[in-house]
Amino acid sequence: MSSIQWQFPRALEDEAIYILRETAAQFERPAILFSGGKDSITLVRLAQKAFYPGKIPFPLLHVDTGHNFPETIEFRDWLVETLGLELIVRNVQDSINQGKVKEETGKYASRNALQTVTLLDAIEELKFDACIGGARRDEEKARAKERIFSVRDEFGQWNAKMQRPELFDMLNGKINIGENVRVFPISNWTELDVWNYIREEELAIPSIYFSHEREIIERDGMYWPFSPYLNTTEEEVPFRSKVRFRTVGDMTCTAAVLSEADKLEDIIEEILAAKISERGARIDDKRSEAAMEKRKQAGYF
Amino acid sequence: MDVLRITTSGSVDDGKSTLIGRLLYDTKSITQDKMEALQAASKRKGLDFTDLSLLTDGLIAEREQGITIDVAHIYFSTPNRKYIIADTPGHFEYTRNMVTGASTAQVSLILIDARKGIVEQTYRHFFIACMLRIPHLVVCINKMDLVEYDEARYNQIVEDFQQLLPGSFYDGKEVKCIPISSLYGENVVTRTEKISWYKGLPLLEFLEEIQFDRNDRNHPARFPIQYVIRPKTEQFHDFRGFAGKIASGSFSVGDTIVSLPNEQKSKIKSIEKFGEQLQDAHAGESVVITLEDEIDISRGNLLVKEGQPQPEGLREVKAQICWMDQNKLTPGKTYLLQHGPTRIKSKVQQIVNVTEVTTNRIEEKTEMGLNDIGRIVLKTAQPVFADKYEINPANGTFILVDEFSNATVAVGFIE
Repeated sequence: MSSIQWQFPRALEDEAIYILRETAAQFERPAILFSGGKDSITLVRLAQKAFYPGKIPFPLLHVDTGHNFPETIEFRDWLVETLGLELIVRNVQDSINQGKVKEETGKYASRNALQTVTLLDAIEELKFDACIGGARRDEEKARAKERIFSVRDEFGQWNAKMQRPELFDMLNGKINIGENVRVFPISNWTELDVWNYIREEELAIPSIYFSHEREIIERDGMYWPFSPYLNTTEEEVPFRSKVRFRTVGDMTCTAAVLSEADKLEDIIEEILAAKISERGARIDDKRSEAAMEKRKQAGYF
Repeated sequence: MDVLRITTSGSVDDGKSTLIGRLLYDTKSITQDKMEALQAASKRKGLDFTDLSLLTDGLIAEREQGITIDVAHIYFSTPNRKYIIADTPGHFEYTRNMVTGASTAQVSLILIDARKGIVEQTYRHFFIACMLRIPHLVVCINKMDLVEYDEARYNQIVEDFQQLLPGSFYDGKEVKCIPISSLYGENVVTRTEKISWYKGLPLLEFLEEIQFDRNDRNHPARFPIQYVIRPKTEQFHDFRGFAGKIASGSFSVGDTIVSLPNEQKSKIKSIEKFGEQLQDAHAGESVVITLEDEIDISRGNLLVKEGQPQPEGLREVKAQICWMDQNKLTPGKTYLLQHGPTRIKSKVQQIVNVTEVTTNRIEEKTEMGLNDIGRIVLKTAQPVFADKYEINPANGTFILVDEFSNATVAVGFIE
């Protein structure tokens, strides 16, 4: 079947805009958690729509691990400039320098888990009471359990067994000082919904989503982007190939897929035919069966 | 493309997870890596089959205990529509999570084990579907393979189920019954020779055909204001727009509106969506409305249309509620009543009665605890502009929030 038949269900846009407006109305200081990936780019467009012709009433918060793809950072700065948004950046490197977290070592070293500490520090410092994230329930089984307004305690912890019931479209954002709420406006979207939305709305996205030639290494049956941040062994020799990324995390935890897809239509066709899920290319999820749930308990978004 | 929301319910071990797994598997929505992970996890647990429930039981505690605790949302699509399944727990102690998952559903799918027939949980799930007035009810009689695809057994269960209908919300409505075997995928996505005596559609084909007429679009117009947009920029210096999602009915440019509670009138100047000018907008749409006059409107006000039935400003709210908190409901205590974007202080005046949902028996009680469903009377500090749930569901519900714990302690349906 052709992707052209697959339209974006506009009811999901109405729902997301409703959630963003509730967030603006119920909280003092919300922020959008912005990674430069397709989901957070989608959030920015939805926020534009929710408050137009007014400005987006939230800043963007980017927790920069220092291991990002340079293309993503370039895109981030371009987007912020073009749309006149407020961007706040906090660096994992600072948390390392302060001795709050310790760099992992070894072949699989990544800063992915460390960013939780930087995020929680930023929330405390900037007094954010709501953090809007682009997480989707279809990504991962622990995320499938999460509410749209997800309350976190002052340590950022998610208590899966103590979630507030969420009924109809009534959202309860009442919290005590020190707590905060993670807000997920695109909970009910799937990867395909996001791509169809990007296509129909003609949104710009970082170039790494499209097929391009880059240096990679093969490890554990996956293609890892070669970078100075990756600890390689002698046998792991980088080579060049045409690849693209389905998800944008760090250069140390995001695997590439071999692909010739250089247009949105081709990407959508590729996803429809894909045998591997989106997070199948996320090395951070492979650490254990409950990797995501455990990270969320610790305060990950 | 439309979205069909389904809630699934059933008793423990009646094959609910397998059914969902089957729907996903047969619509090619489980990718290879997820399937491999499932196989590996099943093996680690010492099972000699692939346990599809591991796909939906996403929490460590659920996998440990082999039960579903909280709602999981699961997605799949056909070229025709997008499906959202709220997979709800079967255990009585998680009734509140069943209600949570069911609250947005257009279809309630109840599973029955063909060997066991109607069990206590079936009554509970049927009661919840009736309470919420979920438009469509589908009963899947599962594990037909274990009763040798016996038509008589199926007919017996269908007959038993039909005994529940008289006098209920589904009295006189079409209730679809389908004999299936989720384990072998029979009548889930594809037909089976083994149940050739069944002439109806398999489950997925039936779901594809469901017409969910947006009844809320025919109800009187209700527009709760969420947020006032005032850019104060050079270009939009005088712009003052009222943002919200239309709860029910439709609004058109030129309509005379009344703002509640202050009862001010004006005409709709424009209806906008991200700068696009619309002539009219309908239930479910998130829009911005501007008015011809500068009247005092803010979050929590409700716009209705002149000439249509208007909601009464209730100072005393009679409602059926489902209590959702560990702490018991305390008569005389104040709770925040959240109706749409409005929060109003309210006091519980009286617990009228509590329903034993498996027998439908109404009991006089003076307290309500976790998962109890009953009727109460609340006194409110300001009028609540709600409709009766049975007349206009979109404007007929509320939640109660505990002022001290901030917890959502109840959901209510206005009577």
